Amino acid sequence: MNQPNLVDNQDTNPTQPPIVVEGLTKSFGSFMAVDHISFSVQAGDVFGWLGPNGAGKTTTIRMLLGLIKPTSGSASVLGFDPVTQTKTMQAHVGYMSQQFTLYNELTARENIQFYGKVYGLERDELKKRQDEIMQMAGLVGRENVLTSQLSGGWKQRLALGCAIVHRPRVVFLDEPTAGVDPISRRDFWGLIYAMAKKGVTVLVTTHYMDEAELCQRVGFISQGRLVAMDSPSRLKQTQMHGQVLEINSSDPEGGMRILKAVQQQGQIPLLEVALYGAQIHAVLPEAREYKEAIRNILLKKNIQVHSLEWIAPTLEDVFISSVTTFSP
Amino acid sequence: MDHLSLQVRRGETYGLIGPDGAGKTTTVRLLLGLLSRTEGKTGILGFDSMNDPYEIRERVGYIAQQFVLPADLTVKENMRFFANMQGVTDEEQKKHIPELLAFAGLADFTGRLAGQLSGGMKKKLALACSLVHTPQVVLLDEPTLGVDPISRREFWNLLGNLRAERGLTIFVCTPYMDEAERCTQIGLIYEGKLIANDTPNQIKHMVAGELLELRPSRFVPAQELMNTLEGVLEVQTYGEKLHVFVDEAQRRKPQIEAVLAAQGITHQGIRLIEIRMEEAFISLIRRQTDADVMSITETVSKGII
Repeated sequence: MNQPNLVDNQDTNPTQPPIVVEGLTKSFGSFMAVDHISFSVQAGDVFGWLGPNGAGKTTTIRMLLGLIKPTSGSASVLGFDPVTQTKTMQAHVGYMSQQFTLYNELTARENIQFYGKVYGLERDELKKRQDEIMQMAGLVGRENVLTSQLSGGWKQRLALGCAIVHRPRVVFLDEPTAGVDPISRRDFWGLIYAMAKKGVTVLVTTHYMDEAELCQRVGFISQGRLVAMDSPSRLKQTQMHGQVLEINSSDPEGGMRILKAVQQQGQIPLLEVALYGAQIHAVLPEAREYKEAIRNILLKKNIQVHSLEWIAPTLEDVFISSVTTFSP
Repeated sequence: MDHLSLQVRRGETYGLIGPDGAGKTTTVRLLLGLLSRTEGKTGILGFDSMNDPYEIRERVGYIAQQFVLPADLTVKENMRFFANMQGVTDEEQKKHIPELLAFAGLADFTGRLAGQLSGGMKKKLALACSLVHTPQVVLLDEPTLGVDPISRREFWNLLGNLRAERGLTIFVCTPYMDEAERCTQIGLIYEGKLIANDTPNQIKHMVAGELLELRPSRFVPAQELMNTLEGVLEVQTYGEKLHVFVDEAQRRKPQIEAVLAAQGITHQGIRLIEIRMEEAFISLIRRQTDADVMSITETVSKGII
């Protein structure tokens, strides 16, 4: 391999970003799961790693963790090479997987113990961390409950506790908020921010685009390739194709179906029509004269339009726009 | 479940939402007669869940939480498998299966193994399988978990079509508040009790005040400050953002700006934003409880993270 060697020195170089990825590639047979991806993440940043299902997000994380070997390219985490220095690196890296990998037949405390021992914590430190994590997870008083009996939010905090039991400097969180309720989700993002403020570098994947808005930087991956990477606000300026018209109406579902039909017939050059909760977002090319036409189409079908406004795109608009533009 | 009563009208898309462990899945399982009730009555289409579970299963489609299709069967084989289980005749299968595959956008993938489908396509196939016996009602327990936003939206467009074209009654549990906004009626459940049951719009109106959003340079002091201000009804946090519910936005915005300026806290502008189902959910649930988890401030000050 002629890739530059980024990991000459054992000691972490403070000027080098904690995560550096260069031309990272993983193929399974003829399928390119990750296709020449390069990026870096600065210390204390919360980096959102976003993309559709099967785009290569988890494969990237698994390469960064040294669980699978890249086909080509290189990566460095805290200055370590995940392939050749896996063990040394893992002592400083935390990982929370999609399924909250906890042992269901163990109690919460036993799970923390298990992870603490895997990471080689000293006895006194392990005892201290157990108490702390039980407090953080709101599990004090539930010491002997089996993990299988815990509901989503508790499991999620416990899984985070296990991932950070050894106080890692880089944390990979793979869909940490999938399937938990909005309150647990918000509390969890509070914890992510608190970690980042303390200098921990966080790489997080999520399917919630409002969570992605909270990241300092995000990368969009689609079909194994990095299609855009920047701060959420910059992405909204640079990656959005067209203008977003937000429509509040008496019948959002019906309105969307009508506009979808209009899009197919090509009456109006609609780039995208989608529902955001109770609002329709219609994406149109630069020309702005379609606003009244859309109002009239909906009115003709007896849909009352309460408001019709050009808005700044949300990150979700940008995501759909980048990913669909990129795909064939 | 604690003496919960609710009704779903024909043709409605009813969304059941609530915190983890509130009883959403239990409700679905009671309705289907998969769990026996301690007290009260449950039924679908006039049949009793306990006494007539088979009558119900003939007329009701169901996708269980984290349901997994047989991965080593093709798309078409999966459809046939579920059709046979439901006792659908070969003749009906010949008619319905192609229709359903076309409806779910899977017509070009009939020979693909279910295990090789993308996450979004698997969910659509599960929906098609749940419809194979032409049910009048479907119960969907978190059917879009772990699916990307584009696929999630496509799935809900399919539900919209089912409602509009077939008048199907849909009962769905979801942790996604944007999905809840697409329902015609919402039940909010907490500790086994129904604490709200209304249209999405009405539920959002249950939250008092207007919502201001800001991103302060110093988060914790700003949050503490907001809690002491006159006219502030509630403060929610989201990452580095504060969501401040106030009685009157126009009057309170300049006051908040002044207080922050006096403390030397900068922000990138205070915006008036719409209250979404997400904020309403948090507000309505928080009224019921003081969470027993440790606050983030405390977590940090104790050096846990």
